[in-house]
Amino acid sequence: MTEVRPRIRLPRRASAGDSIVVKTLINHTMESGQRRNSAGENIPRQIINRFTCEFNGVMVIDAALEPAISANPYMEFEALVDQSGDFVFNWYDDNGETYTATETFEVS
Amino acid sequence: MLTRRDTLAIGLGVSAVAMLPVTASATPVDDAIAAFTGGADMADSGVTITAPEIAENGNTVPITIEAEGASEIMIIATGNPTPGVGRFMFGEASGSSLIATRMRLGRTQDVMAIAKLADGSYASTQVEVKVTIGGCGG
Repeated sequence: MTEVRPRIRLPRRASAGDSIVVKTLINHTMESGQRRNSAGENIPRQIINRFTCEFNGVMVIDAALEPAISANPYMEFEALVDQSGDFVFNWYDDNGETYTATETFEVS
Repeated sequence: MLTRRDTLAIGLGVSAVAMLPVTASATPVDDAIAAFTGGADMADSGVTITAPEIAENGNTVPITIEAEGASEIMIIATGNPTPGVGRFMFGEASGSSLIATRMRLGRTQDVMAIAKLADGSYASTQVEVKVTIGGCGG
């Protein structure tokens, strides 16, 4: 697989106490385990099975994902920003790896 | 040595055993719901699903679920080989109980969302999504 690269989109500005829309995408095949290769053998499952987002160490969303989530999983949700701080995003791969991304957000 | 009568009796026994799981246990969809709600009753208002009526490509179907005040949302694709899609738990820094994602649908089916509301009760809703090309691979 090519290198896994998370992408995050946050609004440019927000005031303290605002609810902001957070959009995330990560390139991953999300191999469902349902498909077969040309030899008729089952292709083993390998998906992102969990996704989390925290803001200043407080949980925003914690998602348990199944093979029915599309390849390159996209997640859009809202976070409450009471002050400036850091968003930490984690994607947990079936193979044991964790992909992490961090974004600093400044409230105005 | 087996007589004809014995063979018949064995046959009956085997078919009875084979039929048991069908009558005794529920469908995978019911199991998925029960795993989330613990068998609690579900209200039919309070959850909104936004999904296309017709999805040309079942590999990537956009869906948005919103349930005001919900602490957790589960998405179930009732016609997929495994019905679970995802469970989303909203933390203290969550701005609203909303999740938008993209999912795979194997065929035309009802997509269901269940929300665990702030008071601990459950609510659910479902919409039919028509799928032109299924998204589960060959």
